[in-house]
Amino acid sequence: MTDKRHEVVVTGIGLVTSLGVGRQAHHDALMGGTAPVANADSERFAPYTVHPLPEIDWSAQIPRRGDQRQMENWQRLGVYAAGLALDDAGFKDDLEACSSMDMIVAAGGGERDTTVDTLIVEEGRKRNDREQLLNEKLTTELRPTLFLAQLSNLLAGNISIVHKVTGSSRTVMGEEGAGISAIEIAHARIAAGQSTHSLVGGAYIAERLDMMMVLEAVQGLGKTPDRPFWNADGTANGMNFGTSGAFLVLESLEHATARGAHVYARLDAVAADRGLRDGERLEQRLIRLSEDAGATGTGADSVVFCGASGFPELSARERSFLKARFPDAPVRTIGALFGHSLEAQFPTGLALACLALDADAAISPFAAGEDAAATGAAQSAIVTTIGHIRGEGIARLSRMP
Amino acid sequence: MSKAAYKDHLGRPLVAVTGMGVVSSLGQGIEDNWAALTAGKSGIHPITRFPSDGLSTRICGTVDFIDIPVANAVERSFAFARETTIEALAQAGLSGDFGGPLFLAAPPIEAEWGARFELGDRVKPEQMTGNAYEQFLAVLREQADPAFHEAALFGAISERLADMFGTRGLPVTLSTACASGATAIQLGVEAIRQGRTDRALSVATDGSVSAEALIRFSLLSALSTSNDEPEKASRPFTKDRDGFVIAEGAATLVLESLETALARGARVLGIISGCGEKADDFHRTRSSPGGAPAIATIRAALDDAGISADEIGYINAHGTSTPENDKMEYLSLSTVFGERMADVPVSSNKSMIGHTLTAAGAVEAVFSLLTMSTGTLPPTINYDNPDPAIPLDVVPNVKRDATVTSVLSNSFGFGGQNACLVMSAEPA
Repeated sequence: MTDKRHEVVVTGIGLVTSLGVGRQAHHDALMGGTAPVANADSERFAPYTVHPLPEIDWSAQIPRRGDQRQMENWQRLGVYAAGLALDDAGFKDDLEACSSMDMIVAAGGGERDTTVDTLIVEEGRKRNDREQLLNEKLTTELRPTLFLAQLSNLLAGNISIVHKVTGSSRTVMGEEGAGISAIEIAHARIAAGQSTHSLVGGAYIAERLDMMMVLEAVQGLGKTPDRPFWNADGTANGMNFGTSGAFLVLESLEHATARGAHVYARLDAVAADRGLRDGERLEQRLIRLSEDAGATGTGADSVVFCGASGFPELSARERSFLKARFPDAPVRTIGALFGHSLEAQFPTGLALACLALDADAAISPFAAGEDAAATGAAQSAIVTTIGHIRGEGIARLSRMP
Repeated sequence: MSKAAYKDHLGRPLVAVTGMGVVSSLGQGIEDNWAALTAGKSGIHPITRFPSDGLSTRICGTVDFIDIPVANAVERSFAFARETTIEALAQAGLSGDFGGPLFLAAPPIEAEWGARFELGDRVKPEQMTGNAYEQFLAVLREQADPAFHEAALFGAISERLADMFGTRGLPVTLSTACASGATAIQLGVEAIRQGRTDRALSVATDGSVSAEALIRFSLLSALSTSNDEPEKASRPFTKDRDGFVIAEGAATLVLESLETALARGARVLGIISGCGEKADDFHRTRSSPGGAPAIATIRAALDDAGISADEIGYINAHGTSTPENDKMEYLSLSTVFGERMADVPVSSNKSMIGHTLTAAGAVEAVFSLLTMSTGTLPPTINYDNPDPAIPLDVVPNVKRDATVTSVLSNSFGFGGQNACLVMSAEPA
């Protein structure tokens, strides 16, 4: 019967952020007691701040140069992080397990060719027949393979090619909501017995002018690098893009136990919604979502991983909600340390929560001076992501006994 | 009906289709589309949306008869999906808030070139330093452009559908390339089988044809260049097929558990009895030479439905008219159907409507269900020069009457995406 509920656990973490490559690097950086120094670059894209891609050897997870060449950094990062997660779960070279593994990727679009776009815009200033110009230049200047590097579902496609994950391949889209949906779907399928093991996650490259254009169209990017994430009045200082590749291996507890896998944490519930945000509607929805996720009665041994975008008022509302709802739980402000990674934001929060729930020590504050110290190792975690325009998700995770 | 009659061979709730809507280059609505499709009419025409002089492909199956406030992919894709959903909900007899989840297959979204040129025009001479994006950023720092932002968001289409039709929860916007439409249906089926909901709205839409979209496919040599006779350009399974014709469209299916559908007196249009998927790890655009993933996908769909290949009476082919797809699809089908292959009619709707990309799997699911309910097999048109290496009964050029109770619909896409659906006239 399909209504038999299965417990869903995390058995693999693949995480690359500006702070470093891999689970251990993040563990080392985050369990030391004090807030790590953020890796932020406020020069290269001034007045904007980005949390850049760390030094990385693509060959470690994408051995064939030919495969590397078929991708731009967004896909490379996702494929790399997916490889880390598979490695971490002990599935990396298990062809049989990979061939029956389900995959759900949260994706945006790939990098544009800035040089070609600039050429067209500048030439267009001199010509009245812009559509004709477009046809000429796109036909002659675009690299044929760039299309595949830009296509949303080709991050998943490349994971199939490089890591041989072929049970199924689904790509979900829609900014922050994509990351929430990806986790929600994977969780629901495993819980219902429709899937036994799934690779799920997303990637985002901060150093992208084409994406800065999209966010700056609503003047959403932070432009005050000298200021912290949070202001004293509870508002935030705008979105700073954060590079993140975050993939998890989710399994049914039975499947994980049967193969003797290490379990980082249990993913108890994922709740997601969207809707109008005027008046108190956002807050009312968040209360309902936290109830749906069973995120009630959390104490000081719970940690809240807050995915606030950095949009000033919206982030303030999230913070107020968290303070009211989880007054005793220390908050970890993901944006302050890692920046915001749109589709990858929710998976990144889950990966960080799993690190905390697997560690023997308390997780350090992310926003120095703002995030409260934790009293000890986390026993449960709440992960939030409120999309900069739409979409809200809350996950609840628990330490495995 | 006993409780058991509402369950499938694995004890899961049977999933009924109670409402459908469709838009393609052949027209708007089930009635017009089915009349044209069974008459063997082509919707393929010269490109008028943008100048195509000098391009190697100058034909398409765009949908240009639905009004949109601004010419961009978000507005167009939303408008198509809105129309098909209105039609589907009316047929299902549902009004007010839908109250179930929305699964939307939508094309990847980017800022349109028209919008980029407009931004470029706002750049002041003193801001003309650095690359185009640095210039755009200087302009946007001075004055925001929320409409530009919204038109570049992947979540913009499902947001509006969710508001308009009162769907529940966070809508899922998905892409599995040319299999997306089938995946949207699969997600709806899964949600009902999970017991999360009694009904789901599966929508697939694609209004993304632009110069850049067309040129991208052209550069991969994927498109037909038979420009002189547009209506004859898409000719699946022929010897001289030379690529697909890029097209637009949308479809909506209202999915309900059979039990709740019958309890409210809804008319059941068909059952989605099986969904199968399997990714290909061979190449970004080409299939594994032996067709193993496509074969596994077809078999997975049959297994999920709990039927054997012998029970399939008609196959709605992916049938893109590319040399690669049609050859591989034949290889896969003939492997699964064996000696019976020659006796199973297989036709390609794309011979008439072109390749509606993100929407194709759902558009063709609607046509598959209509095939069963009307007892008419739509033809594969332009079948004038059969490929001897593909000996299929493609229902050549003229529709055929046939009683069919189970249909297989194939969808294969770039990135190793394979999804198949098995649909049945009534509970198995």
